[in-house]
Amino acid sequence: MSALLRVSEVSKSFGGVTANRALSLSVDAGAIAGLIGPNGSGKTTLFNCIVGRHPVDSGSVVFDGREIRHRTVPQIARLGLLRTFQQTRVYGAMDCVQNMQISAPQRDAENARQKLFRKVPAAVTEKAESLLEFAGLYEKRRLRAGELSFGQQKLLEFAMALMNEPKMLLLDEPTAGINPTLINGIMERLLRANAELGITLLVIEHNMRVIMNLAQHIYCLAHGSLLAAGTPQEVREDPRVLSAYLGAQ
Amino acid sequence: MTAARAAGYAALVAVAVAAPFVLPQYQSQLALLWVMVVLALSWDIVGGQMGYNSFGNIVFFGIGVYATAVVQRDLFFDIDEYAHAAGGVASQLAPLEYLGGLALGLVLGALLAVLAAAVLGAGILRLRGHYFAICTLGLGIAMGEIAGGTDYIGAGSGLVTPLFPELLGERNRFFYFYFMLLAFTCFGVLGAVYRCRFGLALNAIRDNEDKAEAMGLRTTRYKTIAWCLSAVFLALAGGAYGNFIGFVDPVDTAFAGPTLGVWMILMAIMGGRGTLWGPVLGAMIFHVSREFLWTYLLGWDRMILGLLTVLIVLFLPLGILGWLRGRTAGRAAAAGVKPSAAESRPSSSTSQPPLSESQP
Ligand SMILES: Nc1ncnc2c1ncn2[C@@H]1O[C@H](COP(=O)(O)OP(=O)(O)O)[C@@H](O)[C@H]1O
Ligand SMILES: [Mg+2]
Repeated sequence: MSALLRVSEVSKSFGGVTANRALSLSVDAGAIAGLIGPNGSGKTTLFNCIVGRHPVDSGSVVFDGREIRHRTVPQIARLGLLRTFQQTRVYGAMDCVQNMQISAPQRDAENARQKLFRKVPAAVTEKAESLLEFAGLYEKRRLRAGELSFGQQKLLEFAMALMNEPKMLLLDEPTAGINPTLINGIMERLLRANAELGITLLVIEHNMRVIMNLAQHIYCLAHGSLLAAGTPQEVREDPRVLSAYLGAQ
Repeated sequence: MTAARAAGYAALVAVAVAAPFVLPQYQSQLALLWVMVVLALSWDIVGGQMGYNSFGNIVFFGIGVYATAVVQRDLFFDIDEYAHAAGGVASQLAPLEYLGGLALGLVLGALLAVLAAAVLGAGILRLRGHYFAICTLGLGIAMGEIAGGTDYIGAGSGLVTPLFPELLGERNRFFYFYFMLLAFTCFGVLGAVYRCRFGLALNAIRDNEDKAEAMGLRTTRYKTIAWCLSAVFLALAGGAYGNFIGFVDPVDTAFAGPTLGVWMILMAIMGGRGTLWGPVLGAMIFHVSREFLWTYLLGWDRMILGLLTVLIVLFLPLGILGWLRGRTAGRAAAAGVKPSAAESRPSSSTSQPPLSESQP
C-alpha cells in the first residue's frame, strides 16, 4: 500500500516552546492510524501543521503525491484532506441541514462558480439528510447547530466532513467530552466511514480503549517528539509510552 | 411563492405606488424612506449576513454621488464656464440630456464602486473582528477628507447638480419612483441571492470563518463578491441622492459617515440583522420616527433616536424581527418540537466551546 499522507521531519515552535520536533509519520491509503500522547505533547499542533493552519518551520508534508507545505487551509481541504476540531466548530446559527449543504464539495473552481448563484440541488439536500441520519442527528436536522449538545456537535462536524467526500480525515479527539454510552456509536461510525466510504483516518484520541480498537498503527508523541510507533499491541507494551503517560498524569 | 404571499407582495407594491399620490406633501420624505431601505439592505449583506461589521460602506455611496455629479457636469458643461459661474450656472438641460447624463453617471458610479470594493476588499477583508471594523471606519473618514480636498470635484465647496428639467414632471415624484424601484430591485436580488449557495456561504463565514476555511470554502472570493454587491446598490442610491438633494457636499451629502453611514447600521440592527425583512422594517421604523421627531420635537430628536436605538439593542439584541422569530420559535418549542437532551454536555466547563465567537 502507498502512503496517502507522509509527514517528514516537521518542526514547529511557538517562541521558546517547541511543539513539534522533527516529526515524521505516514498513513497508508485506506488505513486508520492513531496519534496519542499526553496533553500538550503537540498532537493538535501537528494537525494544524498538516492542514496549513500553522506555517511549519521546517520539514515536508506530502499528501496524495503533492507537497502541500506552502498551500493554504482551504486549498488543502479541497485536495481532500479535512480536519475536525478538538473544540467543536459548527455554523451555530444555521440549522443542521444548512451546515451540511454548505459542506458539499466544491473542488472544481469552474463548477463552484456556476453553482454559487443556484439553489442547493435536491440531491445535495437528500445526501445531507441521509448523512445526518447516519450520524444519528436526523431528528435534530432543523435545529440550529448551536443548540445541539457538545457531543451532537461533534457528530455534526463528523457528518459535515463526510458530506465533503474527503480522501482523508484528521479527527481531533472525536470522543472527548462525550457521554461514555455514546462512545461506541462514534467508534462504529468511524469504522464504517473507513470501510464503506474508503476514507483514510488519522485520529487523535485520549481514550486508550477506543484507539487500540480503532487503529492499525499508532504514533505516540511526548514533549513534541515522536516517542514510539507501532501496532496497538507494541505501543501499549512500550515502557516509554507507559512512563510518559504515568509521568504526565 | 404561495398565493397568499404573492397577494401580500402585490398589496405592498400597490401601497408603494399609490403613496406619493395619496400623500403628495410627504413625497420627498417618502423618497428618502426608500433610500434608507436600500442603505440598510445593502449594509446587511456584509454586516448582517456575513457578520463583518463595516463602518465604511458610506464610501461606495459617496463614490456614486460624486461619479454621477461629475459625469453630469462634464458631459454637458464647459468646465471653464462652470468654474467661472462658481457652480451657479443655470444648468437647464433637455430632458433626454438630463436622463442620459444621470443614467451614464449611475452606471459609471456603480462600476467605480465595484472596482473600489474589489481593491479595498483585497486589502481589508482579510482583517477580522474589530480590526476590520476600525479599518472601515478610517476609510469612510479618509474619503470625506480626500473629496473635500480635491479641486476637480469641487473640493470643500462641493458641486451643484443640474436642475431637474420641468418637462419630466415633478422632481420629487421622479426620484420617489427611482428609489422605490431601486429598493424593490435590491430586495428582490438579495432575496434570490440569499436563497442560493452564496447565502449559505455568507452565513457560514459569519458563524465560523475558521471552520469555513477548514472545509475548503473560497471565503476570500465570497467576501469580495458580497462587498461588491453592497457597493453596487449603494452607488446606485448615492448617484440619484446627490441629484435629489441638488447639492453635493463632501461630508454632508456624499461621505456622510456620521449620518447616513451610521444610520444604515442602526436600521439594520434595529430591524434584525442577517434577515431579509429586518433591514426593511428597521429602515421604515427608523425613518418614520426620525421624521416625526424632527417635525415635532426638534432639538430632542437625535437624543430620543439615540435612546430608542440603545433600548432596542439592549432589549432586542436580535432586532425586532429576530425577537418576533424567537417568540414564534419559543411557541413551537413549547408545543413539543424541543431539542431533547439525549446527551449530556461535557462535565468539565473548560471543554465547553464558544459557539458563535470565532476563536483566535
Ligand atoms: N497557537 C499557539 N501559540 C502558542 N503556543 C501554542 C499554540 N498552539 C499550541 N501551543 C503550545 O504547543 C504545545 C502543544 O500543544 P498542542 O498541540 O495543543 O498539544 P496536544 O494537542 O497534544 O494536547 C503546548 O505547549 C501549547 O501550549
Ligand atoms: Mg489537542
